[in-house]
Amino acid sequence: MALFKSITIGQYIPGNSTIHRLDPRTKIIGTVLLIVLLFMVDTFWGYALAALAIAAIVHLSEIPPRLVLRGLRPLFVILLLTVSLHLFMTEGDPIFRFWIVEVTWQGLSRGIMMGVRLALLVMGTSLLTLTTSPINLTDGIEGLLKPGKRIGIPAHELAMMMTIALRFIPTLLEEAEKIMKAQMARGADFQGGGLLQRAKSLIPLLVPLFVNAFRRADELAIAMEARGYRGGEGRTKFKELHFGRRDAIALALAFGFVAVVGLLF
Amino acid sequence: MAKVALRDVNLIIEDGEFVGLIGHTGSGKSTLVQHLNGLLMPTSGKVYVDGVDLTDKHTSLRAIRQKVGMVFQYPEHQLFGETVYEDVAFGPRNAGLGEQEVEARVKEALGMVGLDYDALKDHSPFELSGGQKRRVAIAGVLAMRPAVLILDEPTAGLDPEGSADILGKIQALHRAGRVTVIMITHSMEDVARMATRLIVMEHGGVVFDGPPREVFAQVDRLKEMGLGVPQVTELMHELHSRGLPVQTNILTLDEAEAELVRALELRRNGTV
Repeated sequence: MALFKSITIGQYIPGNSTIHRLDPRTKIIGTVLLIVLLFMVDTFWGYALAALAIAAIVHLSEIPPRLVLRGLRPLFVILLLTVSLHLFMTEGDPIFRFWIVEVTWQGLSRGIMMGVRLALLVMGTSLLTLTTSPINLTDGIEGLLKPGKRIGIPAHELAMMMTIALRFIPTLLEEAEKIMKAQMARGADFQGGGLLQRAKSLIPLLVPLFVNAFRRADELAIAMEARGYRGGEGRTKFKELHFGRRDAIALALAFGFVAVVGLLF
Repeated sequence: MAKVALRDVNLIIEDGEFVGLIGHTGSGKSTLVQHLNGLLMPTSGKVYVDGVDLTDKHTSLRAIRQKVGMVFQYPEHQLFGETVYEDVAFGPRNAGLGEQEVEARVKEALGMVGLDYDALKDHSPFELSGGQKRRVAIAGVLAMRPAVLILDEPTAGLDPEGSADILGKIQALHRAGRVTVIMITHSMEDVARMATRLIVMEHGGVVFDGPPREVFAQVDRLKEMGLGVPQVTELMHELHSRGLPVQTNILTLDEAEAELVRALELRRNGTV
């Protein structure tokens, strides 16, 4: 069903590049740093340098730039809205007026900068999911949250929840498609009608979907217990995270870059 | 690099047939039947139901789906109604029938699957047993009074009694001349007993198409495909290859019994 084909979540592109081989914790911290940087810079040169850094990472990751840019597509409307809002709403030296709208130089530069900021944010963060498998990602999050255990953050449980959620997204989509087909075979129509009619027509899809999800959750819990799962206590890992020299260098570079660019521009 | 799910499938299914559709997992059975009511459209080729071209944009698929009822695998996973009545009434209501007619249809459909209308209509379908849920789900399709009934492994996951019961109901409907049946199954015994025609699929194509007795004569080829033949048929083949002069085109226990008696009598009389 075309409806579900367009949804790609955690679109991981397997590879063996320098970026792929970094410890997921390094990549998560790096991504956070990038976000911080993008909110610190406020000049043309700042954005240019940040864009350059992202371009360098894309190059290192050996991921086709086309794929990174594709991540912007769903954001197109929001991007357009951001740019035009700034373009028309900022006061300053007018470029031209038309009826009641006034476009100013300040608006133009703010609009472009905001748009670029948003675009860079999305591209930068999508690099994380493009180069890190979901399993590695949750492992990384668990690793980073572990120190928080002492103050009551259930690191392992959160990571396990994320892993399971990610694992079951395709299953749920498949199931939704199957139920839709079954109801369509009984004459259901998911497209036509007004808003209320359409919302109502979702009941035959959503009720079974939830019922099955709960049933599956129960079964999964039993299956996990049957295989000896007792939570994170004393659990060892098949693949240990390894923070190596490469990660130290990458982090040092990231911190240095953010400090210099963020503070100077 | 498109993957082709079905290739060169040419079939004409006549009114009143009971078609058994068998094949290995992934051979294209489910894909094929979903073309028959327009849930899937062929990328090339045509599908006709009663002379109406499903691939034509102007065809009302809703009308086709009333005519070609489809019971998916584990149909009880698609139940949603607050009550059994509501769930079974879904199809007839979508067909735009009046409430009186809907009620008649629900009553009739629940009767066809052997459920007590008065006792169950106000129950939530979720509190029924597995076998009952399955029957409610099948009733939900029958309530549209389809001329063709497609069933995708209708007995999967049921206990022997429940599955014999459901198959009995399906056979009764077919015998009464109410529906043409197309049934996907992995049970060679079931199709041997019930089907008037057997279609075997492999790698998205039709390999055999004919009466069960003819198809099950291809024991070696069927085994090679990861399928099989009914156990009695296999037994007769084995006895034959060990020298007992029995016919091998046997499909049911009764036939096997008669044939064994005949063969043993021949031997006792010393003619062999």
